[in-house]
Formats: sequence, C-alpha cells, structure tokens
Amino acid sequence: MKLSRRTKALAAVAGAASIALLASGCASGDAGADSADGPIELTVATFNDFGYTDELLQEYMDENPNVTVVQNKAATSNDARANYFQKLGKKGLADVEAIEVDWLPEVMQYSDLLAEVPADVKDRWLDWKVDAATDADGRLIGYGTDIGPEGVCYRSDLFAAAGLPTDREEVAKLLEGDWAKYFEVGADYTAKTGKAFFDSAGGTYQGMINQVEAAYEDPDSGDIIATDNAEVEDLYNQVLDASATQSAHLGQWSDDWFAGLSNGAYATMLCPGWMLGVISGNAEGVTGWDVANVFPNGGGNWGGSYLTVPANGAHVKEAQKLADWLTAPEQQIKAFVNAGTFPSQTEAYSDEALTGYVNEYFNNAPVGQIFTDRAKAVDVAPFKGEFYFQINDAMQKALTRVEDGTQDKQASWDQWVSEVQAIG
Amino acid sequence: MTSTATAPPSSDARPDGPSTSPTPRQPKRIAFGHRLTKWDLKLSPYLYISPFFILFIVIGLFPIAYTAVISFMDWDLVRNTGTFIGFDQYVYVLGQPKFWIALRNTFSIFLLSSVPQLLLAIFIAAMLDQNIRAKTFWRMGVLLPYVMAPVAVALIFSNMFGDKYGLVNTLLGNVGIPPVPWHSDAFASHIAIATMVNFRWTGYNTLILLAAMQAIPRDYYEAAAIDGAGKFRQFTAITVPSLRPTLIFVIITSTIGGLQIFDEPRMYDQYGTGGADSQWLTITLYLYDIGWGQWNFGRAAALAWILFLIILAIGVINLLVTQRVVRDEGRRDAGTRREQRRAAASARRSLAARTEATAEPEPGPAPTDTTIDTPEVPR
Repeated sequence: MKLSRRTKALAAVAGAASIALLASGCASGDAGADSADGPIELTVATFNDFGYTDELLQEYMDENPNVTVVQNKAATSNDARANYFQKLGKKGLADVEAIEVDWLPEVMQYSDLLAEVPADVKDRWLDWKVDAATDADGRLIGYGTDIGPEGVCYRSDLFAAAGLPTDREEVAKLLEGDWAKYFEVGADYTAKTGKAFFDSAGGTYQGMINQVEAAYEDPDSGDIIATDNAEVEDLYNQVLDASATQSAHLGQWSDDWFAGLSNGAYATMLCPGWMLGVISGNAEGVTGWDVANVFPNGGGNWGGSYLTVPANGAHVKEAQKLADWLTAPEQQIKAFVNAGTFPSQTEAYSDEALTGYVNEYFNNAPVGQIFTDRAKAVDVAPFKGEFYFQINDAMQKALTRVEDGTQDKQASWDQWVSEVQAIG
Repeated sequence: MTSTATAPPSSDARPDGPSTSPTPRQPKRIAFGHRLTKWDLKLSPYLYISPFFILFIVIGLFPIAYTAVISFMDWDLVRNTGTFIGFDQYVYVLGQPKFWIALRNTFSIFLLSSVPQLLLAIFIAAMLDQNIRAKTFWRMGVLLPYVMAPVAVALIFSNMFGDKYGLVNTLLGNVGIPPVPWHSDAFASHIAIATMVNFRWTGYNTLILLAAMQAIPRDYYEAAAIDGAGKFRQFTAITVPSLRPTLIFVIITSTIGGLQIFDEPRMYDQYGTGGADSQWLTITLYLYDIGWGQWNFGRAAALAWILFLIILAIGVINLLVTQRVVRDEGRRDAGTRREQRRAAASARRSLAARTEATAEPEPGPAPTDTTIDTPEVPR
C-alpha cells in the first residue's frame, strides 16, 4: 500500500516536472524568436491619449502578421513617470515606452539604458525636437511624437469691449513683436477696461523662459547658473512688473483658473495647440475664444512627447521598427485626427488633413495652419539639464508668492536664490 | 545488551502487544516519536505564530532596515547603486528651512484637527448616548463622511475653499466678511485642511467614544441621579472619567494619523507641493516630493527616519502621560505595574521598619494592621 502510494506521488511529481519543463521550453523558444519570424507580442505604454487607436495598431498588425501589438495606457503622465523610473534598467517596462518632455531631462541621464534611434530617420523631425532628445555622446534616444507650438488665445468679445481689434489676423498684427509689445497692449487693455489681460505671471513666464537657450544650467558643464543669469532676472522683473496690474493672478490649473476660462477673468492666454481642447472642454457655451497666429518674441513650444525603446527589452529590433512606424508622418497625421496631438514631423506640415483642420469652437479658426506656422517659428531648443524642473518649479512658486501678495518682488527673488543654491 | 534490559519489561507490560520477539529497533522508534513530540511541544507555538512574523520581516522590518541603509547613501534608483556618504543626508534635511516649516505645519494642522475633533466627537457621542428616536439612523449618519475617500473629500473641499470663486468666500462675502486668502495665508490654509480632516474623522471617533460610553454601567447614573446630580454633573463626573482609556486610544491613533497627513494637503491645490511659500507643506508631502519628485531616495529615506523618530518620541511621551494619568481598564482598582511595585516596596519597607521598631520590646509576630497600612494606590 505504502509503496504504491509513493509511486503514485512520484508519478505525479514527475508529471508536473515534465509539464513545467515543457512550459519553460516554450518560453525560451519564444524569447529566442526575436530575429526569426515566430509570432511575438509587442507592448506599447502610453499615457493620456496619444491617438493610437485599436484601428491604427491593427494596421501595423496587418502589415506584420507575426506581430501582436498591445497598448497599455496610464491615466496621467505622472503615473507613467513613476512607473518608468522604477523599472528602467530592470525588468518590466513595455517594449515601447512613451515619455513626456517634462521628464525628458531625467530620462537623458540614463540615455545609455535606451536603444538608439537609427540615423536614417533623424531627418523626419524638426531640428529642435531631435536636439532635445540627443545626449552628450550624440545618441538620439527618443522618437518624437507630438509637440506644443504656442500661439495666443484671446477673447474677441472682451477685445471688442475694450475697443481693440477682434479679427484674428488683426490681433496677430497688434501683438506682433517682443514681450514688451505684448505687455504694452496689455497695459492699454487694462487701462481701458480695468480688467486683467492675462491669466497669471507663472503661465506667461513659462512662455518666456522656453525661449532662453541656456536659462538655468550651463549646457557644457551642467553647472547651475540660474541665480547669476541676468536674462532670467530680467524676465522675472519684466513679467512681475506687468502682472502687478495686468494679471488675473489665477495660477494655471487651479479651480479659480478654470472658472476664469468661462467668466472672462482674463482676455488672453499663451496657448499651445493642446490647450485648445482644455479651453473648449472647460468653457462650454463661451463664444468669444479665438486664437491668433502670433507669439511674442518669435516662436515657443510647450510640451510634447517621445517614444523610447528600453535597451534591455526582449524584442528591441521589432520594438524599434514599431516606434519608427508609429512616428512616421502618415501615422502621426492619423493620431492628430484621432486625438489632436500636433505632429513633430516636418513632412506632415504639408498634409491637407493637418493644414485644412478647422476648429469650430474657436470661431472656425484654421488651427491646423496656425499651429503649423507656429511650429515653424520655433527656433530655440532650450537646454534642460538634470535640475531644470526643480529650479523652474521653485521659480514658479516665487512668482506665485509675489502674485498672491505673500512676499514682495525682492524678498521672493532672494528666497528663490537660496532655494536654488540648496539644490544639488 | 540493550535488548535484554528493555525488551522484557515492555513485552511483559503489554501482553496484547506484538507477540514476536521485540526487535532492537522498537525502542528507537519510540525515542524518535518522543523527540517529535518534544519538538512539537517546543516548536509548534512558534510555528503557529511564525506567518505573522515572517510576513512582518518581509514587508515591515526589511523595508525599514533597507530605508536606513539607503539614508546613508547618495542613491540612484534606476541603476540601483549608491555611494556611502554618512550622515550628510540627515544634515542636509535638518539644515533645510523647508523641513522646519513642514514640521511646524504638520503640528499646526494636527492640533487644529485633533482638538476640535475630539471635543466635537465627545459632544456628539454624548448626544447619541441619550434616549433618542431612530438611533441607528443617527449613528450611521455620523459615520457617513468616513465612507468617502479622502481624495474625494479633499477635491470637494479644495473647490469650496477657492480664493476667488470658492463657495466659502462667497458665503463670507454675503455676510460682509472680506474673503479669506485660503491658499496664501499659512494659518488659513491649515484651517481649511483641518476642516477636511475633521469632516472625515469626527464621526469615526464619535462611534468609538459612543461604544465606550455604552459600556459604562447604568447603575452609576442611577446612583448619581438619586444623589441629585444633574445631567451635566453626571457627564463630567461619570462619563468623562470613564472615557479616559478610550480617549488615550483615540488620541494615539489620531496622533499617528495626524503626523502622517498627506492626502488632504496634497490635493489642496493643483500642484500638490504644499503651496508657493510652503504654507501647507507637511512632512510626508515634503518626503514624497523629495522621493518621487526629485528621485532623491537617499534624502527621502533620511527624512523618513527623522519622521519615524519624531513619531517614536511622541509615542513615548504619550505612553508616559498614559501611565501617569490613566489606569488600565482591566484593573480598575489596581495601579500601573510601576505603581504596584512602588506600593509593594514601600509596604515592605514600612513593615520592615515596624518589625524592627517592635522587635526589641516584643519579638512577637508583626502587628496585623501593617498590611492595612500599606499605602493606598493614588487615584
């Protein structure tokens, strides 16, 4: 009896072991199929909405029958960022991982852990889009997806009430010039109406600082130069002098700021392409919003994303091929139609689907053409090193302190200087 | 040799046992069984409680120890490497004005939330303890805010406390009070955040205190009523003293919760970094920002340990206060251990002194009243 029971048990163990062996055999066969034509599964991790619909991904699967593409969407860019840095260099990242420019400088510190973008596709993107994702060794590690070229959004009804031109081409002419010109018009508007011209010092400063090539850090050494940079101090003073009378003092993304979108608390706002959706989504029923083909002091970019391929993934070659395909101009146009993500590929700018795009909410403004022009006007790729966002965050808080009256201009600047000196 | 010594008695003692000649193996088997039983007796209790401790070591002790190691390093999360730099991270954190502001804010919010919350909870519990209609309805009612997720509470309240277009300031404006700068004045922001905490936790504490109130024997109240004590006197002389142990529990849990407050200040504005001038930056918020905002895990780990030590220190203070002020429920008439020991020691001393004093004239047995003389436990 005992013996037979033991044999039964042995048989069971042996059976289980052989099944396990079979299973592991299958798994190892899978991993080895990278270069062969065996069926593989590629994962793409994105956040918010990249415009990569199931239909778009199906197109790729139809062209490459051996590949199955699965998309994982994180709710926000912050979730994606936390996940990215916890797994980078280890296991668990998707084959193709999306990153946002906000945390691109942090990613660049680990550019050696990412696969390089082949040289033959580099010409596809705008120069400054490529420069931002190229590390010190000249390796490009991100496939550019979308960008955020900036125009000026304005309330034509409020402009009319102040006796200013309301037509978007005339407004563009009115605001054409540098920041001094923008604030001059603002002073005029404020004098005539007694109301605020722009939303906040912080949002406006963001547009200004993104035009400075080396704002906070030395591009060569990476040393922090923010506190000694006269250009930064000038912008700080310029925006705060104007905001004393012209700003609604509503910090961007605050509840009050959202309320201000519909109640006319401010007449203009610096406006990246993706901001149009924010405005139309939060100020339904407001008919006055329009967008002008102009940006103070030339062009400006705010936001945008890249696709990266972790170098230790299971199917690096296949993943690169997929990232290449997804960021090709044809696909990016489709993504734009799907989700409004503005392409970073120069070839896409002549596409009818983009240039002919009209936004009904903004009084039928030809936003496709406007933002294509705004994208071409961007000529500076600001250097953003390891500490850029920490310093800029401290600067935003310094501006807020002055705006909400907690501190005066000088005291707030001094506190910012001491905070920046403690960084590192 | 051995078989002759052991085998005969065993076979004799158990006539119904195996009739065959005993093999020398048999005693060995018994010995092994004995050993098993011995192990069973000695090891089993530990085995039975081991799942908790193994789990605790894996998910509790190990991370705590690992945090301590990392706190002495300049740690790179992605590459999983670090260089040992001694106490530099601690020195840096303690040298930051932000840290001290965060500590101030944490205590300020903690006091602003705990004190009114407890007073209110005692009051509501006392009301619910009365003979009212639809008891269950009211009791469930006070617990309702607790069911809401803290983030949802924070979102709703943050909207109400908007500086310009918020509900609270609009209402204040209607009665002629100037708007309160909820997001720029530190104290105002603490009040707003404390309000969220109070909203959520008052009902929870009320129910705990209510349970404690219902455990008080009704005879006390009857006796007090016969003696002519009014409702208020009954409340101060019977209810409140009986609540002490429960109050200590509630105070300790709200201390731990209060010092780790995170959700409410994080959701208080759109950035979640504690305000432009760190008006409502709390310790945990600062910790989160260093860890997940700047990816500086060495520094975050150092701050985590500092927070741990702060909570530990406050826990010890709590314990001392508890020992001094409140007696354990289970031993209503006895003191704390220390008081018992002290009482016993002084009793022994006085006994010894008496016997010594009375030894010369009359070496008889110690007077019986010494035992009665042992000092009463101070109430």
